[in-house]
Amino acid sequence: MIFANVTKLSHWRSGQLLRNQAIDQLFYALITMTYRSFFLPLAFATASLAGTPAYAQQISGAGATFPAPLYQRWGVELNKIEPGIQVNYQSVGSGAGVKNFTQGVVDFGASDAAMTDEEIAKVASGVVMIPATAGEIVFAYNLPGVPALKLSREAMVGIFLGKIKTWNDPLIAKANEGVQLPRTPIQVAYRSDGSGTTFVFTQHLSAISKDFDDQVGTDKSVTFPVGVGGKGNEGVTSLIKQSVGTIGYVEYGYAKNNGLAMASLENKAGKFIAPDLENGAATLANVQMPENLRVWPIDPEGETDYPLASFTWLLLYKKYPDAAKLAALKKFVSWSLTEGQKFAPELGYIPLPAPVVEKAQAALATVQ
Amino acid sequence: MQKEDTGGILAEYRAGPDLFRILCWLASAGVVLALGWIVGEIVIAAMPAMQKFGWDFITNSVWAPNRDRFGVLPFIIGTALSSFLAILIAFPLGLGIAIFLTENFLPPGVRNVVRFVVEMLAAIPSVVYGLWGIFVVIPIVKVIGDWAVQNFSGLAIVGPTAYGNSLITASIVLALMILPTLTAISRNALSSVPGTLREGAYALGATRWEAILGVILPTAAPGVVAATILSLGRAMGETMAVAMLIGNSSRLTWSIFEPSGTLAGLLANQFAEASGLQVSALMYAALLLVVITLGVNLIGEAVLRHTQRKTAGIR
Amino acid sequence: MNTESADPATFLYGNTASHTWRSWTNRFLSGLVIVFSVITFVPLISILYLVVKNGSPLLTAAIFTELPPAAGMTGGGFGNALVGTFVMVGIGLAIAAPIGILSAIFINEYATRSVLARAVRLVAKLLTGIPSIICGVFAFAVVVVTLGTFSAYAGGVALAVLMLPTILLTSEQALIGVQSAYREASIGLGATSLQTILRVVLPDALPAIMTGIMLAVARAAGETAPLIFTALFSQFWAKSLNEPTASLSVLIYNFSSVPFQHQIDMAWTASLVLVVFVTMANIAAQLAFTKKP
Repeated sequence: MIFANVTKLSHWRSGQLLRNQAIDQLFYALITMTYRSFFLPLAFATASLAGTPAYAQQISGAGATFPAPLYQRWGVELNKIEPGIQVNYQSVGSGAGVKNFTQGVVDFGASDAAMTDEEIAKVASGVVMIPATAGEIVFAYNLPGVPALKLSREAMVGIFLGKIKTWNDPLIAKANEGVQLPRTPIQVAYRSDGSGTTFVFTQHLSAISKDFDDQVGTDKSVTFPVGVGGKGNEGVTSLIKQSVGTIGYVEYGYAKNNGLAMASLENKAGKFIAPDLENGAATLANVQMPENLRVWPIDPEGETDYPLASFTWLLLYKKYPDAAKLAALKKFVSWSLTEGQKFAPELGYIPLPAPVVEKAQAALATVQ
Repeated sequence: MQKEDTGGILAEYRAGPDLFRILCWLASAGVVLALGWIVGEIVIAAMPAMQKFGWDFITNSVWAPNRDRFGVLPFIIGTALSSFLAILIAFPLGLGIAIFLTENFLPPGVRNVVRFVVEMLAAIPSVVYGLWGIFVVIPIVKVIGDWAVQNFSGLAIVGPTAYGNSLITASIVLALMILPTLTAISRNALSSVPGTLREGAYALGATRWEAILGVILPTAAPGVVAATILSLGRAMGETMAVAMLIGNSSRLTWSIFEPSGTLAGLLANQFAEASGLQVSALMYAALLLVVITLGVNLIGEAVLRHTQRKTAGIR
Repeated sequence: MNTESADPATFLYGNTASHTWRSWTNRFLSGLVIVFSVITFVPLISILYLVVKNGSPLLTAAIFTELPPAAGMTGGGFGNALVGTFVMVGIGLAIAAPIGILSAIFINEYATRSVLARAVRLVAKLLTGIPSIICGVFAFAVVVVTLGTFSAYAGGVALAVLMLPTILLTSEQALIGVQSAYREASIGLGATSLQTILRVVLPDALPAIMTGIMLAVARAAGETAPLIFTALFSQFWAKSLNEPTASLSVLIYNFSSVPFQHQIDMAWTASLVLVVFVTMANIAAQLAFTKKP
């Protein structure tokens, strides 16, 4: 009754009693809701701050979705060893990561497709690209009864161009002597969202087939002539799991953790290589690294090279005005390049080969 | 003072500068400015694409970012079809539940429980709707789709093959997402019909349903139409769940069992990774979505004016 | 209350005089509505069952006090995400609710037929169709780029844009639902327009306005796209409002798209917690404002 009495409307009829109650309720509710939405959570946050050292350095990064779990794990593990450094990473997509990095709203970026020269030119303080980890793309499929499929280069291209429509097509059977292939129609699954995975995948297929290059081309998001699109690696994975006869391209970790069968791919030397973290690491070790560390093994020539392995990069500015932030960031990156690599295989990523780590450390040293 | 009659029951009651009224005016102006700003930002971002493609953007069916060819016709059709189907499913169900909750079919305690359970649906994140769609709806749609294709494959809307990730899956999940909004606002509209009207109808000997259909629904019609428009807007703008379920194909198709795409889903899928002309094309698509929403709203207003003519003077 | 007297429903049925036919139609329609309600309940219960079944295994007290587990780790919780959602929805509500309710008051009480009122109604309906991702992109361009960092403020602004149309339109409907007799009585008693609005109209419309607000809050708490572009995410406790902030919806989005089972389980638990909290808030708000007879 507090507020109503203050306003003294004594000439009203007795029905006002209920109205005054409603006003009191209104004010009470406003106060309660403000308390609940603002003060209580801030109290929570402040209480939990008691555990955080006052000098904690916050570093935030955004970018590619593919390496996000690994980067986040690195952030948490490093924070255990050095509570003063808190590194945050959120996956927003390579493209958005590059945009955010260019606009200066994050401390570091990440991209599966590194940065093009035009993009680098837009960043005032200069860019240092550091390969942080690597992954491989696999052809995952759902065909019970065919645990080890071999796909020749023609078969790979034919399936994704829609020329090969059933599993028992001679083009597939040629590489799989002695395996009983069913007459099931092939359903293709691709990435509906723009992604570095699609970029690497189409880059390889365009390099080995002019047809594919003309019809589909290379990009983070392309139009395939056949198939169904799933959102993210997890979308394609669930498409493959749902229907028998589906084949799609996903990152190794997703296929492994979901128990999907993975096809062995024919490389330039004509050998069929099964997807494996060791094969991938060996392939990447053979790659010639240019000055800016941006390179893709588009069609590797070695006998044991897996054709679809690629790096993913951390993007750092050449200059950081804040000295404390610079020190923390450098600690994070150099720790990740060395100690951090041991978390990679467990999560389905390829650990960086030693020569690459050396070059990366050298590049890191140029960051001021 | 010769002031234009702008309506409102308090219109005759202005005695001078009214601080509260000015505050309210500022709020309203703020709302209009906010939309103007948002649309302005979209138009600025879409300029390059608009200049390059013009109307072809709307009539083309090829979406190939790496070739810089953009056309959104399949997505416009997908948006229209999926939203229309969603409302087709949600409207009778939502209105039915709203009537069920406001007329005394159930004791008041049970009524409240049912109401909160329906409103609980509103709290479920769109990602979870997508996941539920993947686990539960897709297998069911596949079975129904296969049956439909076997028996009715002549019809254009059934098409040659049935997929799980298709337009109908997205529509069903969309319908479920807009249901709580539709129900809650319709319920408000129905329960705010004055008791005197209800009693009058019964006193004249109407059965329960004659009272509902003849008196209560027409009175509550503006509220129900507002609820429908709000829900339709949400259905057209829903990004996450649709992107997970609709199959995201840029091929033109009228079949409800084939993968399709919507403008909002296109945005959700491609915005994060887009660069250069693609960003501009996506913003152009967003602008088209706003224009389509405008068109749908104008139709809704026309429907509303038509029903209001019948019930004028009741309030 | 069916009387046996002469047929009063001529405006519906013309001159059909059959009493049996009317009561059969009546029963048929009642049956239809019950069938509709049951049909709706099946998917509803299915979703809730899925969320409860997948979310309850990891539901422990630890989730409110611990930080999110990284890939490959076990345990952990999402206390920071819970706080972040509260704070950002709170900021969004603090912006959207006053603007929405005051605008609704303006277009319904003060200047119903003016150009501005018509514009506001149209604008509110247009805003409903704006995809949530555009709200995020707008808030990014306006707040994040200006402040130079992702922040809870930007997240709040994006959510405010998302919530505004719902709050405005439902408030307008709520105010329309107040019988004009109340307003006329109040003015007849000598109240000013301000007193009429604050003490007669608003309290009567309050339950319906609360419904609208809770619908908007429910949607905002569950939307991902606006928050990814504005508040990013954080794996640590928030120290200020001007830094990347965790939220339940982004957590669910992140965890449901990785191949690590523990994180997927955490995503379900987070969904369960989100639904429970929003429903509790909904029940509390609506119970506090039920119309007293």
